[in-house]
Amino acid sequence: MQWNHKDLLDIDQLNREEIGYVFQVADRFVEVNKRPVKKVPVLKGKSVVLFFAEPSTRTKTSFDIAGKRLSADTFSLTKTGSSLQKGETLKDTALTLQAMSPDAIVLRHWSSGAASFLAQRLECSIINAGDGRHAHPSQALLDGFTLRQVWGDDFGGKTVLILGDIAHSRVARSDIRLLTMLGAKVRLCAPRTLLPSGVRTWPVTVGHDLAKACRGVDAIICLRLQLERQKAGLLPDLREYAKTYGLNDSHLEKAAPDVRIMHPGPINRGIEISSALADAPGSLVLDQVTSGVAVRMALLYLYLTRTISV
Amino acid sequence: MAAPQSILRNVIWLDQPMDLLIDQGTIMGLVPVDQGREITPLERDMDGQGAWLLPSLIDAHVHLREPGQEYKETIATGLQAALGGGFGQVMCMANTDPVNDHAQVTEYILETAMKTHPMGPRVRPVGALTKGLAGKELAPMAELARAGCVAFSNDGVPVGDNDLFRRSMEYAADLGLKVIDHCEDPTLSGHGVMNEGVLSGQLGLKGSPWVAETLHVARDIMLAEYLNIPVHLAHISCKESVEQILVAKEKGLPVTAETCAHYLVWDETMVQGYNFLAKVHPPLRTREDVMALRRAVKEGVIDILVTDHAPHADFEKETTMDEAPNGISGLDTALSLYASLVRDKVLTREDIVTRCALRPAEIFNLEVNRFAPGNRADFVLFDPDHAWIVEPSTMLSKGKNTPCMGTTLLGKVIAHYLKGQLAYTL
Repeated sequence: MQWNHKDLLDIDQLNREEIGYVFQVADRFVEVNKRPVKKVPVLKGKSVVLFFAEPSTRTKTSFDIAGKRLSADTFSLTKTGSSLQKGETLKDTALTLQAMSPDAIVLRHWSSGAASFLAQRLECSIINAGDGRHAHPSQALLDGFTLRQVWGDDFGGKTVLILGDIAHSRVARSDIRLLTMLGAKVRLCAPRTLLPSGVRTWPVTVGHDLAKACRGVDAIICLRLQLERQKAGLLPDLREYAKTYGLNDSHLEKAAPDVRIMHPGPINRGIEISSALADAPGSLVLDQVTSGVAVRMALLYLYLTRTISV
Repeated sequence: MAAPQSILRNVIWLDQPMDLLIDQGTIMGLVPVDQGREITPLERDMDGQGAWLLPSLIDAHVHLREPGQEYKETIATGLQAALGGGFGQVMCMANTDPVNDHAQVTEYILETAMKTHPMGPRVRPVGALTKGLAGKELAPMAELARAGCVAFSNDGVPVGDNDLFRRSMEYAADLGLKVIDHCEDPTLSGHGVMNEGVLSGQLGLKGSPWVAETLHVARDIMLAEYLNIPVHLAHISCKESVEQILVAKEKGLPVTAETCAHYLVWDETMVQGYNFLAKVHPPLRTREDVMALRRAVKEGVIDILVTDHAPHADFEKETTMDEAPNGISGLDTALSLYASLVRDKVLTREDIVTRCALRPAEIFNLEVNRFAPGNRADFVLFDPDHAWIVEPSTMLSKGKNTPCMGTTLLGKVIAHYLKGQLAYTL
């Protein structure tokens, strides 16, 4: 397949066939990641800037490892280490970076649309590693890839529950786009204060009762709760949230027998999910991290070799 | 009738071809076209070539940025944009730096305008409602009125304190001037960067709900009724506010209202693709709101049209939706947008005259040219078929921040006369 996309801004830029192709390429890199020497030369001489204007551990490390395993040179930039902190505009920072001729910029930014802003102005590929509450496409792809390893390619007939702070979650938005495109049914469960405007128009079912929402589901994606939501007046307190919307063993009894638990991390143990469940056999939390490297290798490979037939 | 000094032939006044007779900066008459009219050798005879004749318009809501933010706009550039846009009087809001909350700032604005544009357009400063626009203490409104302010407003920084807002209405009424309210409950609008709804949810942008505006519209209407004091409601953006204003008007309450060109033309979908040029405060709403506002303007529920001209520097606007400042630069393009509504039979030429000149003059007690003998000969010739591309070089304002940028508009002011003298020509 010829990869014609310059940028990865969100899942809806891709069709189902392309998503399947990302998974196929990621399959190859899963094998690479199991080798004693986990490095291949396919991106030798390519430069990838990891521009993380917002804190991140796993996504940044995951892209960094992915790039290095493909022999790309990766350069790291954070807000505190960049001129953004000195008041430089995003546009100027980006143009400065462009002048150094990177092949791709992996961008994490606190504003929705930041990746789109750069993509319209820069010649190199922009890979959105999370923009505001808008999109986190590589997370969605790794979530889909992780579930595919369990379910195979047939997502039809599967139901996925996304639980928690949907309103502020870029992961939820991208996951919903990907999972529904692959044929899964998606349910959302959250207090109304943590649901986005217009959610009733989304291709999902929405509920506020966790026990009901768990009935028969095949996978549950718990979202991270930002602790400042309580101060923002969206929640009474964390204890009440944990008791009402925290996932525990009793909820799993209502789900499908082999229900899988996922979380994009980092986890607030005991709040979004009981600590035991996060580590239980049905948990795919660490599989997501492992898949993340392979999927991001696939993305870097496809976007940095897009003019070459593969 | 004495012989006129000038005759402007063949202009379209409302729907009729007319000749305009002027003498020494004063209207002598607006009369049906008479090709056989005899011209004395002393008379200046001009052909209007079928352009629309409009009174020099009044924009009751602009931001001129000076003093303090001259990199966005100066009084000189703002007035030049007003001149080219067809506006002979502009009411400039108080959110300058320093705020227009004491006489020296008002005087500075008036003196600077006089120095840069001695022939006009005229600036009509709007004084701050509260000191520093902080919403804590009343500004010295009597001092501001004496200095030349024609109204008072906390525009940009809505007053949340209901009692203080009541007192401001009472105090302003004693001075015979109106309060212009920026209707928004900031506790509900939060830091919304676009209309709250389906699209904001999809784009992951913080939304500002219509109820944040309508709650304060309702508050102001109730205060106007309780106090029997007029209030003017600024930049109305949504259907529900229109409904409140309609009820108030049916009850005969002293409430007037304005909306802007951008709320009549564009809806929230302009924000798609994170278009920072469409970020405005209050935000562009839904198509349903646009249609409701159009009806309200047509029926007079909304009294006047304004630009809320809000120029910003390119480097400020060209960023993410969260970080871009609110505002659209409107003086250059407003009349072209109104003309598009006339072309689409949403408004008539008479509506433009009423909503952009006659009613603002009534509401704020300003002079206006009604083309009656003896009126100041302040008028505009507007060619509705003149196509122009909106680009930095064709805009007179320093602020190039408009969703029109790069598009072709139909309709342009080809001449603007003040006191019968040609003050601007294309």
